[in-house]
Amino acid sequence: MSDLLVLEGLAATYNHAIRALSDVSLTVRRGEIVALLGANGAGKSTTLKAVSNLLHAERGQLTRGRIVFDGRDATSLPSAKLVRLGLVPVLEGRHCFRALNVEENLVAGGIGGGLSRREIAAGLERVYTLFPRLKERRRSASGLTSGGEQQMSAIGRALMARPRLLVLDEPSMGLAPLVVETIFSTLKGLNREEGLSILVAEQNSTVALRYADRAAVLDAGSTVLAGDAADLRGRAEIKALYLGSPGESAAHLAALRRPSPADHAAA
Amino acid sequence: MFDYQFFIEVLVGGLLSGVMYSLVAIGFVLIYKTSGVLNFAQGAMLLFAALTFVSLVERGVPFWLALSATLVIMVVLGITVERTVLRPLVNQSPMTLFMATLGLSYIIEGAAQLLWGTQVHGLDLGIDDVPFEVGGVLISQFDLFAAAIAGTLVTTFALFFRYTRTGLAFRAVADDQFAALAVGLRLPRVWAAVWTAAGIVALVAGLLWGARLGVQFSLSLVVLKALPVLVLGGFDSVAGAIVGGLLIGAIEKLAEVYVGPLFGGGIVAWAAYVVALGFLLVRPSGLFGQKLVERV
Repeated sequence: MSDLLVLEGLAATYNHAIRALSDVSLTVRRGEIVALLGANGAGKSTTLKAVSNLLHAERGQLTRGRIVFDGRDATSLPSAKLVRLGLVPVLEGRHCFRALNVEENLVAGGIGGGLSRREIAAGLERVYTLFPRLKERRRSASGLTSGGEQQMSAIGRALMARPRLLVLDEPSMGLAPLVVETIFSTLKGLNREEGLSILVAEQNSTVALRYADRAAVLDAGSTVLAGDAADLRGRAEIKALYLGSPGESAAHLAALRRPSPADHAAA
Repeated sequence: MFDYQFFIEVLVGGLLSGVMYSLVAIGFVLIYKTSGVLNFAQGAMLLFAALTFVSLVERGVPFWLALSATLVIMVVLGITVERTVLRPLVNQSPMTLFMATLGLSYIIEGAAQLLWGTQVHGLDLGIDDVPFEVGGVLISQFDLFAAAIAGTLVTTFALFFRYTRTGLAFRAVADDQFAALAVGLRLPRVWAAVWTAAGIVALVAGLLWGARLGVQFSLSLVVLKALPVLVLGGFDSVAGAIVGGLLIGAIEKLAEVYVGPLFGGGIVAWAAYVVALGFLLVRPSGLFGQKLVERV
């Protein structure tokens, strides 16, 4: 399996003053789902925005590090170019075009992906098959649909651009557990059947780890842990790490890093 | 006894001149909606368009050729301004952007006068300003013509934004710029389209206003007429600009006729501002401004 996305030692600031990332490295291989976990303010969103080159729109900037997408340096490619190359973001908080109806939202995604009229029509059919709910609401103003429908619209809009790597920021935020399951299992289906690679930032670690192949944990702007999702799932400390206070998480981190008695015995 | 017929005559005259205010206001709204810039240079662009057209015609260029040439020049001017001044300033504070367009408006005015001179030109669009009578009410033929042109332009824009890809991209950018960027819409293209549209609006408004007031330096001051319209209608609503323009036009004329004599006349210049200020206190976002579609 080859690497689709590689982040090397990313550091980023906002307004050239506030440090948001100091050392983030991670890899997404082809056909893989990678979860990015961490507490509020750990730098998950900033990392994802850096990946899609959207930081500048919020007066942020990368100060160090490299982003490689599909073998080419993507550190300073414009976001529109990245979308056309197949790296498509789904923003935190959905960010649907509220005044546009659901179908227009999806079409906007197709236009962003540089698709022809016919390709857009085919894309609509595909998204409506994945999310039948959206077909029923296609003529409703997006701002008037439910949170779950908005999240489906946002994901559908991204899928319209025919991504190879989908980058999702907190897709579970504010949604009912059942809706979260629907969304994640749809994504897992796309991953399994079409080989869609996914990088997903989540605070809901339980769900994310259940669907992900691998995970990386961010703390205070640095990747502090990475490993197989199955492996991380078994460690209770992970959960405490980003649900607890910063002090606690530091203690838990120390606990995680401390060599276990078994290691001592081996040495 | 209240003279209804006269009242209606004043009202219709006001509404028709209001259409011309709407036209100037729409130029502002297009750019404000998509890029958050209050383009103060809109008035200067209007002057530039009118002056260029008149000067070409005076030099013997046929009407339609002069019109097309001016159109091309306005589109180029709009796109150049967007490229060289506003794009480098993306994400700067609104005040910075406003100051940039304010500076720009003086540069464009200066350039227009440097190119074409400072004398006042008459502009004849070949429409007689002879009033005609409908059901006992006198209506200015020129006003009606101007309203028809403005109405056609607005309808064309509305259809364009409703049914084309660029139009959809425009509405997406106006709705949520960050999301538009994220889904891969090419903002520079949308901005270029918007500045093109603003250039066309400036040309049409410049010709209509120029024909009425004469083409001269003070033409750029019609932006000051657009501000109360924007306050009333909302800075980010095309529908607001239209309704606001009609209201301001009607209010101005009615105030001039019925309230003016109480102050000894001459209130037309500031009546609109009084209304706008009063409106700001009651409804700061305007009649149609920023009405978010949101589920509670």
